[in-house]
Amino acid sequence: MLTIKDLQAKVEDKDILKGLNLDIKPGEIHAIMGPNGAGKSTLGNVLSGREGYEVTGGSAELEGKDLLDLDPEERARLGLFLAFQYPVEIPGVSNLEFLKASVDSVRAAQGKEPLDSVSFLKLARAKCKLVDLDQSFLKRGVNEGFSGGEKKRNEIMQMMLLEPKLCILDETDSGLDIDALQVVAEGVNSLRDPNRSFIIVTHYQRLLDYIVPDFVHVLANGKIVKSGGKELALELEEKGYAWLEDAAENGAS
Amino acid sequence: MTDFHKGLLAVNDENLSKESSSLAAIATLNKSGKESFLQQEIPTRKTEAWKFTSLFGFTSNEEGYGRLAASYDAAGLDALTTIPALDAQRLVFVNGQFSAELSSKESVANVVRFSEANEAQQAIIADNLGTAIEQEKHIFAALNNATTTDGVLVHVGKNENLKTNIQITHITTAQANPFTVQARILIVLETGAEATIVEHFASNSDEQNCFVNAITEAKVGPNARLNHYRLQLMQEGSIQIGGVHVDLDRDANYDSFQLGLGAKIVRNDINVNHNVGGSHCELVGVYLPQNKQLIDFHSNIEHKIANCTTKEVFRGIMADKSKAVFNGRIHIHPDAQKTLAELSNKNLLLSNDATINTKPELEIYADDVRCAHGATIAQLDEQARFYLRSRGISAAEADVMLSFGFINELLENLELDAVRNLIRPILAQRFGRDEELMQHIG
Repeated sequence: MLTIKDLQAKVEDKDILKGLNLDIKPGEIHAIMGPNGAGKSTLGNVLSGREGYEVTGGSAELEGKDLLDLDPEERARLGLFLAFQYPVEIPGVSNLEFLKASVDSVRAAQGKEPLDSVSFLKLARAKCKLVDLDQSFLKRGVNEGFSGGEKKRNEIMQMMLLEPKLCILDETDSGLDIDALQVVAEGVNSLRDPNRSFIIVTHYQRLLDYIVPDFVHVLANGKIVKSGGKELALELEEKGYAWLEDAAENGAS
Repeated sequence: MTDFHKGLLAVNDENLSKESSSLAAIATLNKSGKESFLQQEIPTRKTEAWKFTSLFGFTSNEEGYGRLAASYDAAGLDALTTIPALDAQRLVFVNGQFSAELSSKESVANVVRFSEANEAQQAIIADNLGTAIEQEKHIFAALNNATTTDGVLVHVGKNENLKTNIQITHITTAQANPFTVQARILIVLETGAEATIVEHFASNSDEQNCFVNAITEAKVGPNARLNHYRLQLMQEGSIQIGGVHVDLDRDANYDSFQLGLGAKIVRNDINVNHNVGGSHCELVGVYLPQNKQLIDFHSNIEHKIANCTTKEVFRGIMADKSKAVFNGRIHIHPDAQKTLAELSNKNLLLSNDATINTKPELEIYADDVRCAHGATIAQLDEQARFYLRSRGISAAEADVMLSFGFINELLENLELDAVRNLIRPILAQRFGRDEELMQHIG
């Protein structure tokens, strides 16, 4: 599904990713953990094509297609989805209009006709229900005045509507209470599919109690320094990251 | 004194000879207006209040605008004068002349043309007409005073809530020669009265050659509330100058929405006077010039007395080679303690050839006040743009949606759904310019 080789990227002249390798097969869930400033969010931003993140080396391919050469909208149409850590508020643009524009674009890229307004509204309402958002949120401005939890649920709803191939959740658990966390996790679990993969970027092991990963990677100092199964997350919870960072420093020198 | 200057008054003689039943109050107004007008120079770029707004496209017209329209034909204009789904008492003027054909068949006692006013209404006109306007500061208001022969009085009595919306539409059609429309409205709300008035300026789609000078005066009594919409939807060849002059009595409320979609030259002066105390004024406005249009909003809020509030929000988007001017003055007099005043003006430039001159002007002579102002000229928000694109929306469509949203945000709080529904598709066309790009907005 996704193959990342020796990926290097910088932000404002500062090297953040320093040779990251990752191979994700269809249907797998990979958790990426690591200390602050390790480059976790940078990975999601680089993969989705945000401006200001300059790729200086390496490659990233989604189903064999070079992602790094594409505009953000082209990547989304290929099936890449980034659930934002801080979803953006866009007053004046209704959530429903936004969702329809998004779904229509992705469908068009797949050679499908746009859904008519009535069918789309029906579909959007059904998805609202699944993530426990009141239907009134469809009429409001995109994320406008939403609480932290509502914004994250709105992200999961978009994921459900777009049915992407690769979902990257960038610290989706930050700022969520336990109830919202469960709603988000249930949303993600409902989307698990042999043809869909996930990258879950998180600080804490807590989310992984609800979304059980196939692999856990530790990202430190711009590289993956350790990989393992779901039990690695528990080990990290217990020991912290310092021992791995030290190992990485020593390994590098 | 130029010929152009004098030429603008010629319309007066023509009018006065035609209508013999002119009210005494109007005759008095005409006389003082003429004197004031003749004492003032036609503004040039050297006139401070017109520094950024050239009237060249107006004054260079060799034929001048000093005549009335040749035709007042109402045929085919019905759809253009209708605001769909607006439940309103409608008065329609074609090229400045009242059209019974296009107006509501039944009348409401609160609304009357000056020329049809009964004795009591004539007294109200005599007491109020011209009193909210400082004509020596506004040459085009002086011109309107000098040359107006008729107008509309909206009068709402003590504690009466006028449930019927009032729609006053001026529509123009292209004529063989340039011509003038002097439009005049006087709104008088007594103590505790409430009314909603929609002023609507439209034209047919032909290239227009009119000069519309529209002056609205409002006297809002103690604890009264005026909801006022002013929608300029004229064809681009028009010239529209004029403004709104409001006197607020104790605890009065003035709530207004201004839409400037542009003409060749648009100049609006909005003057609000907090005269007695406890009054509140809320001004929202949007302007969207395109091509080579020029739109100028000059607002001037006079806080003469303590405990009044003003909230003013204007936003504009300039496309192509268009230009907009926004000058927001709030003048807080020495006695105006405990004033709360907020002014915000945000602008988006869609092209390198577009221009905005924005200037918030807070003049504060009292020490215990809370005032805030801000003016920005910005590009579209990059974060929001990336968010939309990361969901598969093209950069071009994202720009259209964000531009639309920038204005639409101010429409969301409008009381009248019909006005919002009238404007949204027009906005979508302004920004979309392409069916593909406007399918998800409006």
